[in-house]
Amino acid sequence: MSSPNMIELYQVSKSYGQGDAEVQALHEVNLPAVAGEMVAVMGPSGSGKSTLLTIAGTLEEPTTGEVLVAGQPVRSMSKRAKAQLRRRTIGYVFQDFNLLPGLTAAENVSLPLELDGTSARKARIAALKALDGLGLGNRAGHYPDQLSGGERQRVAIARAMVGERRLLLADEPSGALDSVNGEAVMRLLHSACKDGGMTAIVVTHDAQLASWADRVVFIRDGHITDQTLPAAGPESLLAAAERKRGTE
Amino acid sequence: MSVRHAMLALLSEGPKYGLQLREEFEARTGEVWPLNVGQVYTTLQRLERDGMVESEGDSPEGPQKAYRITGAGRGELDSWLRTPPDLSSPPRDELVMKILVALRVPGASVTDIIQAHRRYLVQLMQQWTHIKEDSDPAELNLGLAVDAEIFRLDSVVRWLDAADGRIKRAQADDRPPGASPQAPDGNGPDKASTAAEGRGQWPLPRPPTHVRTRR
Repeated sequence: MSSPNMIELYQVSKSYGQGDAEVQALHEVNLPAVAGEMVAVMGPSGSGKSTLLTIAGTLEEPTTGEVLVAGQPVRSMSKRAKAQLRRRTIGYVFQDFNLLPGLTAAENVSLPLELDGTSARKARIAALKALDGLGLGNRAGHYPDQLSGGERQRVAIARAMVGERRLLLADEPSGALDSVNGEAVMRLLHSACKDGGMTAIVVTHDAQLASWADRVVFIRDGHITDQTLPAAGPESLLAAAERKRGTE
Repeated sequence: MSVRHAMLALLSEGPKYGLQLREEFEARTGEVWPLNVGQVYTTLQRLERDGMVESEGDSPEGPQKAYRITGAGRGELDSWLRTPPDLSSPPRDELVMKILVALRVPGASVTDIIQAHRRYLVQLMQQWTHIKEDSDPAELNLGLAVDAEIFRLDSVVRWLDAADGRIKRAQADDRPPGASPQAPDGNGPDKASTAAEGRGQWPLPRPPTHVRTRR
């Protein structure tokens, strides 16, 4: 039976160094995420959240444990298959955008498709479509240094979503933005999950950013320690405000 | 929040009836702060008594009685808008008290207690964020009211994060959490804290001098 999870980290541990110098970055982490779900992993600096993201993105191997993407165990994949998985299925969004400065917005977005063998013409059409979907159709020919911080991050999101990507991994995606642009970025990411069926794992120390997620998982010292319960409906907040008002 | 001043603000646009004031108050606060009609009329009576508003006609209290703001009311409203709320007093916050108390309860895991509160606050933030996400961006009042709640809750989460880090550092220093080995001037044990602990009281932070002199 195939797994319903788009991604699953199962009993994942990661250590660096050996002997007295060994550092245990992750301890038996279990983290599943289904299609259409946005999960935030919230923790302070050094808690292991970035390590978790690089392992989820197959950029690093766990010391023990297993990562499954769309039900397929990554450990058993060849290097070539893993590279293909990264190019076709997984999109990455970083705090500092990581756009190539010598390429236009459209070229930055089309690049991963071209690297995967898509023709330049088809890749450009897909890139323009992705940029247009994020309200950047008129910025396609601009270079990163001609874009605002919010626009650069939206280009980075377009690059992460272009093609048939189904898994978005984001590291403090609104960390370099003011609250208005940060909110716009989080709206886009959540919409990509809710309406586009993508799965997103967002790591952050910021509760406001995490609050956009469907589920918030808390990480401390490499351990998943807790997670939020399914959210009650908005009406519960308004009812609580009504009750409070009644007692005043 | 001052219902009194919110009423003055609504009346500054022109004369209004009590029910109308209630509806407009709720609409402009994104219905985040519901108001009962009794509160509206009580507030209007007090404003009228204080010369801030005047009613039109001699009809008894009810939906047909309109109110208008006076010159004194406009002055009061302007003064209120420009006066910062008093945030100088350290709040006797229940959450702060719980964490301080937990430090001295044998067997209590302060980290777990902090996490329980953090989770609850983040869940509340998720609910407010969902309201914001589902709302029309053109609803400016709702957006502002929801942002205010999210930022307020966020500040509490940040305090919990800072407390967590501070307690861990104290534990790493092999010092009993909550102990205050140094007086604020760094010249030795804090006698006030030590005396308070001796009396079985919590070593609560003391407000700055300028705040204490106001009490």
